[in-house]
Amino acid sequence: MAEIRLEQLAHSYHGAPSGPADYALRPMDHVWEQGGAYALLGPSGCGKSTLLNIISGLLVPSEGRVLYDGKSVNDLTPQQRNIAQVFQFPVVYDTMTVHENLAFPLRNQGQSRERIDARVREVAEALEIEPLLNRKAQNLTADEKQKVSMGRGLVRDDVAAILFDEPLTVIDPQLKWRLRRKLKEIHQRFNVTMVYVTHDQLEASTFADKIAVMYEGQIVQFGTPRELFENPQHTFVGYFIGSPGMNLLDIALGASGVEFDGHALAVPDAIVDQLRQREGGRLQLGIRPEFVQLVAADDAVLHGYVDLVQDQGTFKIVDVRLDTPSAPVIKARLGEEASVPEGRTGVHFPEAWQRFYIDDHLVGVADENL
Amino acid sequence: MKTYNNKAWWLVLPVFVLVAFSAIIPMMTVVNYSVQDIFDPSTRYFVGTEWYREILADPRLHDSLVRQFIYSFCVLAIEVPLGIIVALSMPRRGLGVPFSLILLSLPLLVPWNVVGTIWQIIGREDIGLYGWTLNSLGLDYNYASNPRDAWITVLVMDVWHWTSLVALLCYSGLRSIPDVYYQAARIDRASHWAVFRFIQLPKLKNVLLIAVMLRFMDSFMIYTEPFVLTGGGPGTATTFLSQTLTQMALGQFDLGRAAAFSLIYFLIILLVTWVFYTAMTHNDDKG
Amino acid sequence: MRLRKSLVMLGYLLFVLVPIYWLVNMSFKSNREILGGLTLWPTAPTLDNYRVILTEPTWYMSYLNSLSYVSMNMLISLLVALPAAYAFSRYRFLGDKHMFFWLLTNRMAPPAVFLLPFFQLYSAVGLFDTPIAVALAHCLFNVPLAVWILEGFMSSVPKEIDETAYIDGYTFPKFFIRIFLPMIRPGIGVTAFFCFMFSWVELLLARTLTSVDAKPIVAQMTRTVSASGIDWGVLAAAGVVALLPGIAVIYFVRNHVAKGFALGRV
Repeated sequence: MAEIRLEQLAHSYHGAPSGPADYALRPMDHVWEQGGAYALLGPSGCGKSTLLNIISGLLVPSEGRVLYDGKSVNDLTPQQRNIAQVFQFPVVYDTMTVHENLAFPLRNQGQSRERIDARVREVAEALEIEPLLNRKAQNLTADEKQKVSMGRGLVRDDVAAILFDEPLTVIDPQLKWRLRRKLKEIHQRFNVTMVYVTHDQLEASTFADKIAVMYEGQIVQFGTPRELFENPQHTFVGYFIGSPGMNLLDIALGASGVEFDGHALAVPDAIVDQLRQREGGRLQLGIRPEFVQLVAADDAVLHGYVDLVQDQGTFKIVDVRLDTPSAPVIKARLGEEASVPEGRTGVHFPEAWQRFYIDDHLVGVADENL
Repeated sequence: MKTYNNKAWWLVLPVFVLVAFSAIIPMMTVVNYSVQDIFDPSTRYFVGTEWYREILADPRLHDSLVRQFIYSFCVLAIEVPLGIIVALSMPRRGLGVPFSLILLSLPLLVPWNVVGTIWQIIGREDIGLYGWTLNSLGLDYNYASNPRDAWITVLVMDVWHWTSLVALLCYSGLRSIPDVYYQAARIDRASHWAVFRFIQLPKLKNVLLIAVMLRFMDSFMIYTEPFVLTGGGPGTATTFLSQTLTQMALGQFDLGRAAAFSLIYFLIILLVTWVFYTAMTHNDDKG
Repeated sequence: MRLRKSLVMLGYLLFVLVPIYWLVNMSFKSNREILGGLTLWPTAPTLDNYRVILTEPTWYMSYLNSLSYVSMNMLISLLVALPAAYAFSRYRFLGDKHMFFWLLTNRMAPPAVFLLPFFQLYSAVGLFDTPIAVALAHCLFNVPLAVWILEGFMSSVPKEIDETAYIDGYTFPKFFIRIFLPMIRPGIGVTAFFCFMFSWVELLLARTLTSVDAKPIVAQMTRTVSASGIDWGVLAAAGVVALLPGIAVIYFVRNHVAKGFALGRV
């Protein structure tokens, strides 16, 4: 059990990286605290698995250090780091039984037969694979194999951390949900650090206390699911978290303050000042669909026509195409009982939920507004 | 699961016709020979199973059969493990891959009589590198006069000639193991031996089946190389089954007896191969 | 670990290469030098042996004869083995397992006695002393092997691919040629190499089924014995030349061999 710290860590698969584009991981500092349940969330190709493999030692980082409890483990192999990792697709030892599979990591540590057996049964019970213990692993279904793979990760109780690399990809949805609960239970029972890689925000938020969102080789935000939802620090977090993602509008600074397609928007002076101080970057206004209000056309600065209504059962997503020159689509999420306006409608963004971004990064004042 | 469909026979039919053309008629002819005493094409007598009874009691057959089994056993016992070791030592990427693939396959591409010729020369104590080196090291080595040396030379020649086949097959088998298996093993703190025993060996099972069966069949029928190298001698030290057979068929032109011998020979190979085949595919049928 | 592996590999390659080197070494020597004593390299290098092979028609024609029946055999073996391997990998049918083992048994016939009926058979159908006779006879052991190897490759292609293609309206031949074959190209490459190799080095059948017009290089080599004894130098040079087409084939399929191939029945 350990705290895992990344210091100026970066990785490139090129021998001599010449620019940021050559890096699979851009330089980062980060801390996973002892005993936490974390998720590492991002689209495929953002560097999640690379980061995981560096933590476990399967990959040696090209720059920076990985520290377990303050000690550098850069030169240690995965064997020496004593860490567990579960992979995306099931890896089982075909010729062994399920029991032997689960016992394998413990046997390699030279533990006593009784201890191994007790541990194996405990884990098998937690994963509901007790009836399979004497079966050959080769003949299991994909679901069962993946549970055995996870079991091998969970069976060692002295590990520094358990890393999961999208472990539920091959599992059917029903079981997925149960297994996530199981993992959470196991986490609470054994108080071991867990890092869970996924591209599914629902999976991340049901498992983790804190989520690190990765984008293009960087951790762009690290926070609770609520923080990620309410205060995206980066436009990518806004776009990636939530369904649908945040509306983002390109805005400009005019004589009268913040303007969108020629319309002046009501924005607090403090923010306008902030934006003016850092002129020259790309300015964007972000607002979550949950907070967009559809009002009578005359009550709002921006108007448009309803393009599309998607009924999702418990809520509706309404696409409004604004009648401004660039004609962007604004998504609004309305309750099931709310009525959808016909024809021209006004669109209102409540001040408290407007977020402003310069070059994709949140403008700081917004925090104080909360 | 595979679907049951007898129309699939149409796809197999060309193979069946082609192979049957070259296999069935000669086989019938040989069966026909084996029950006759043939003096010349027009003078032949039906003798029933006499040849078979005679052959089965023939000490020459027993001797060369024993020699043959020992030889094939040695071939498998050396070439299979060695081939696996070589395959494990092959580079996995880079320029070394095509380079070692080409060098490894060289012995396979040498015509068999040339293989015999190469070893015939290289083993000679006066003009051959190996024979000369062994003798100058103080070992009294001469494959032409010492039965043990002759036997070892034939075996080393076979290992040189055919281990590459096992290695190439195993190498391609190893390449089909995804990296994640090796990663999982490192995480599970498996030893090198455990990685081999529980990951590599199980995945090699199918290629090893092919390698073992090919090597068994071909070594059991080895003819050209020892014939060129030692002519079966000294004495009968390196006279294997097919040489005994050839002597009988061509040397003495004892066609009926040789045909009976061939069929017995064929049945022995068939039986042993069947045992290998069933033993190695046995588990899969249950799974 | 890595160092030990490299050492094993280098050691084995040395074991492989020394006899090959000896062959090349001999091919540049005169018979007098070969038989005169041990020399690690030709002291009086000569190209005479190669000159014999490249200028005497019996030599270079036998070389071309071999190439022609080997390529015919490769082609025939692949053409018939592809559909059969597909059948074995996708369907169960009456007698499939027995059929498969029967195919394998054709590698097991000891040649000595079988040569005579072979000779009679091919003489009877008028193919004696033609390359096609040897090509057909070699199918006896190459076709079963080709079916076996290809079946392993095909089994690793998921069946869903076939089903999707049929739903998309492909007929079987169209699907097989346009979609399926490109997917198992590595298998075809590996199979081609094995067919080439076994056909190229086979001596007994090739010698029995030919006399003058279609005489293969392997048979020509056994005729280097003259009144003055074996012509070692020419034999060695012929052996070296015989290696070249095989090297070319393995070079073309090197990436396929290196790519995984999940072989085997079931």
